[in-house]
Amino acid sequence: MIKLTDYMKAIQGENNTPALDLGVIELDGAYVCDMLSDVMGSAKPKQAWITIMKHLNVIAVASMTGIPVIVLSKGNVPDAAVIDKATEEGIALISSPLPSFELAGILYSQLKA
Amino acid sequence: MQACEAAKYNMADYWNIVPGMENALKECFSRAAEAEVTLEFVIPEKDFNNAGKGSSEVKNLLKRLGVDSEVLRRIAVASYEAEINVAAHSIGGKMTSLIYDDMIHIKFEDSGPGIGDIAQAMVPGYSTADDLVREFGFGAGLGLPNIQRNSDALHISSEAGEPTLVEFLIFFA
Repeated sequence: MIKLTDYMKAIQGENNTPALDLGVIELDGAYVCDMLSDVMGSAKPKQAWITIMKHLNVIAVASMTGIPVIVLSKGNVPDAAVIDKATEEGIALISSPLPSFELAGILYSQLKA
Repeated sequence: MQACEAAKYNMADYWNIVPGMENALKECFSRAAEAEVTLEFVIPEKDFNNAGKGSSEVKNLLKRLGVDSEVLRRIAVASYEAEINVAAHSIGGKMTSLIYDDMIHIKFEDSGPGIGDIAQAMVPGYSTADDLVREFGFGAGLGLPNIQRNSDALHISSEAGEPTLVEFLIFFA
């Protein structure tokens, strides 16, 4: 397990949901996918969800699946309505300039270290 | 479940009951108890911003009632997939959640246009979703398979040109 805040430092992660306490979130893996049903079928709680999708349904999918944090790759930043919904549901929304491949690779090496 | 209106019209029916759950199902049909709580939500066609509200309400209520988090996750996923299916594929419908003390029964009834081949719709990866639906990241062809995987019993009744009923049961323990 690693702390989300340690992962964020390694990926130049920007927190879009400052109202949430990110210090309590720990990760034991990630799921990388842009198809929402596949995420619901296979992602697990304690995993970060790495995606480029940033519309409102993404928050619902994370909430239903029990995912604590969504990491938006390639500098994607969500709309205010999406950020509000994420805050309401207690799901952290992080933006990183890195592509999904690197985001997964960095988390993988941090977990194996 | 066994007395559903759609079944009376001889439509195509699909059933999946998780092995080992047959007796629990028989028992819950035979006692014919009234639901403790009934929640109803309208699901408009192609309204992806609101589809999910019903599932979210149900999830929050069950969480307050102390339902186990893994069971809660299964209910939320199955119910959200079904809600999205109604929004994505039908001309609109409704979701009715019947909450009992040991299980939940959720019914999704739409106004058509129906599923021509239910067995094909159950195949993971098969999808008839249009471009709009796919743009949202839906349409992977995993909706019904995900519902089946997460429910204890699933019943689908439909045919081409007719309304569809998708309903499932999930026990809390």
